[in-house]
Amino acid sequence: MSSHNESIIREPLVTGENITYAKVTDDILVSVENKPNKAWWIGFIVAALGALLWVVSVSYTFWTGIGAWGLNKTVGWAWDITTFVWWVGIGHAGTLISAVLLLFRQNWRNSINRSAEAMTIFAVICAATYVVAHMGRPWLAYWIFPIPNQFGSLWVNFNSPLVWDAFAISTYFTVSLVFWYVGLLPDIATIRDRAIGLRRRIYSILSFGWNGSVKTWQRFEIVCLILAGIATPLVLSVHTIVSMDFATSVIPGWHTTIFPPYFVAGAIFSGFAMVQTLLLVARKVLGLENYITMFHIESMNKIILVTGSIVGIAYLTEFFIAYYSGSEYEQYTFINRFVGPYWWAGLLMYGCNVLMTQFMWFKKVRTNIALSWIFSIVVNIGMWFERFVIIVTSLHRDYLPSSWAMFYPTIVDVGIFIGSIGLFFTMFLLFLRVLPPVAIAEVKLLLKTQSFEAKKKLIQEGHQHAEEIEYYTASLKKYDVLTESDIKELVK
Amino acid sequence: METNQHSYNFSEQFDFSGKPKTWSLIAILIGVIAIVYGFVFNGSERTFANLLLMSYYLACVCAAGTCFLAIQYVTQSGWSAGMIRVPQAFSSVLPIASLILLGICVAGLFSHNLYHHWYGEGLVDPESPNFDPLISGKSGYLNAPGFLLREVVLMGAYSFFAVMLAKFSYNEDLEGGMNSYKKSFKYSTFFLVIFGFTSPLWIFDTIMSLEAHWFSTMFGWYNFAALWVSGLCAITLTIILLKKAGYMSWINENHLHDMGKLIYGFSIFWCYVWFAQFMLIWYANMPEETVYFYKRWEPEYKPWFWLNIIINFVAPILILVNRSWVRNPKVLAGVCIMLLLGHWLDYYLMIMPGTVEENRGFGLTEIGMAVGFAGLFAFLMLNRLSKHSLAPQNHPFIEESLHHQI
Repeated sequence: MSSHNESIIREPLVTGENITYAKVTDDILVSVENKPNKAWWIGFIVAALGALLWVVSVSYTFWTGIGAWGLNKTVGWAWDITTFVWWVGIGHAGTLISAVLLLFRQNWRNSINRSAEAMTIFAVICAATYVVAHMGRPWLAYWIFPIPNQFGSLWVNFNSPLVWDAFAISTYFTVSLVFWYVGLLPDIATIRDRAIGLRRRIYSILSFGWNGSVKTWQRFEIVCLILAGIATPLVLSVHTIVSMDFATSVIPGWHTTIFPPYFVAGAIFSGFAMVQTLLLVARKVLGLENYITMFHIESMNKIILVTGSIVGIAYLTEFFIAYYSGSEYEQYTFINRFVGPYWWAGLLMYGCNVLMTQFMWFKKVRTNIALSWIFSIVVNIGMWFERFVIIVTSLHRDYLPSSWAMFYPTIVDVGIFIGSIGLFFTMFLLFLRVLPPVAIAEVKLLLKTQSFEAKKKLIQEGHQHAEEIEYYTASLKKYDVLTESDIKELVK
Repeated sequence: METNQHSYNFSEQFDFSGKPKTWSLIAILIGVIAIVYGFVFNGSERTFANLLLMSYYLACVCAAGTCFLAIQYVTQSGWSAGMIRVPQAFSSVLPIASLILLGICVAGLFSHNLYHHWYGEGLVDPESPNFDPLISGKSGYLNAPGFLLREVVLMGAYSFFAVMLAKFSYNEDLEGGMNSYKKSFKYSTFFLVIFGFTSPLWIFDTIMSLEAHWFSTMFGWYNFAALWVSGLCAITLTIILLKKAGYMSWINENHLHDMGKLIYGFSIFWCYVWFAQFMLIWYANMPEETVYFYKRWEPEYKPWFWLNIIINFVAPILILVNRSWVRNPKVLAGVCIMLLLGHWLDYYLMIMPGTVEENRGFGLTEIGMAVGFAGLFAFLMLNRLSKHSLAPQNHPFIEESLHHQI
């Protein structure tokens, strides 16, 4: 936890001159309290058109049935489940940042948690639409719940991981939503206090009567810690159960014991990449460079590197055990990923997730905004293909060579996928307009101890080792908003 | 640091004499007697299985010390800076522990007491009546020279980093400055990458290949979880005992609370990987995989199989969920001892069904050798610990550690 005894060598989490509590509020609420600019409108129109495509494609699917998709009797599960898993995975980063990093007292989470959590919720919503779209008859969606037979269903099969999935994801969504909203309360109250008229009344209701008393803050802290404690096992459970959708089957390439932690690592990997994609743009457009600093960007890149490498270890372990097990089916499946008709998908999976990520070892790459943004997209392409490869290459050549087939997506498949991305961005852009994209109250906590100015004061007071100051100033060079003279002034 | 406003004696050193020395030597003696007793009365296979168990356990706990150090450096953790001498002492013992494990692997392999599922007369010879096509298929990997080469290279690499990480910190005491810290950071990163990518192979070789027909991709991470939890417990227990003896006054209940939380969290993680491995194999019910758990559900092992979960998951979860208990050194020490015994059982269940099979035993050989290796570890580790001051006084985060509060 930060304290006044923080070591000087830690990099600042807030940069900029004359940052006061009022300035933090003003800076962060720019997008909420002003009319949207042109960039926002362009983004919103493109995203909304995408969302419209989603509405059309999903409606067409409901009207004609699942036959609208490119599935066949050999590959009965392909594009749809790939994208479902992709979205659920992306959702994981938000909970990791908000819950796990809170438990580990990582204060750098304070300026990225809000957007990441919002992203989680929207990603899980996108995933949930796939669950419903899968059903073919969405009006019978309640059949997945264990309800009495007079409602027309049979008792659900609790042996099926798909049922576990329904519970895992709905629980996860609920807790993520509650966690996000509880964290929002003090910030909604801040907006309320600055608003007038109807706007004030709306935010007043939304703030649940937050009054900022000591007792309120105390309860807030406790609730956040409890929710973090609940959310941590949940974030593991969700992708664990998603992995079990596959790993419980006796399909080569699916049935392997490492799947649960390997899927969780992959989910965090893709989720951080998505946070990076969104925040690198938001930081620039909303002028949040002083709060989402190069330290945050580099830290997220490090997490992408670590989780990408964990996924790499899992890939290598799978190859190795396919050989070691002596199972010819397993061996064929893995060779087929490289030399089969879907070799290009395999190449994208291994190339994007493991090989490209290794560039993150270089500090120059990790602290380069343009490259970081490109890599974050590369990771998400790679993670989409990971699911595609696992699912489709295992299914399309099954135990019976006479039934081997290829999967080709239809325009409806593609429409739903692109549409879901549009839906996601529509929700995210609306979020930026009505709620603060950075946790105002939590960033304010950092000002007195972990900001550039606080550190400067510490150095000017003396008492610090020269070598440690040197180390600190050297680490500041990567910050894009700090100039040479800012840094020179420190050691004057 | 100029800003230090504390009254701790950072040059304090552990005095390795008197009771700790006597008792660890007595424990080693008990271990030697148990080995002799085992060879005479229990047969060489059971004794070798126990030797493998304890030497692997020893190497794992030492390697956990290195992992702990490396993780603290790469995550720039401040809270743990004041206690880092303890995992450093663990780490320093890794070369010796590796040599012992290597010796036992070599002796066990060539005397056919260990690894006889894949190393034996005619197993890979199609003409032989003993021919095993499955083993023959993996003999490109599982063969004696390859096995020994991997054991030597991997443990050699881990030991190199283990020693270097401790050395940098000792140098830091003398020289101060940021140089040692920067080097530690770099070496920690390399260690974690090398250990992360290769430890599954090391674990497959050393433990999983005892039952060479069986395989599980999770086995490496499952063993890592056991390694990590038992390592955390050993570090915590050592700190509590040192504090009880009047040392390390700068470590308080906040640091122990954090160690307790890590033990709590990673006990859940251990159970998570245990369950994922077990459940997926049970659910898919494929004979080549279920054979592993089939053996462990025979009457000789079944009660122990369930006890493993109770001792390593249910009990620590129920105890450590209570904040005031975690902050009580007596309770925490009790949990650490329980988990150290629990992971002995965990290893026991990994090793015995593939070696002595249904001729399972639990008696003087097992208990005596466990005591002996614990004594050996205590002796070597405390000896290393006594060579340097107990606080890394020039660590850049030492001040943060002194004021750690949760």
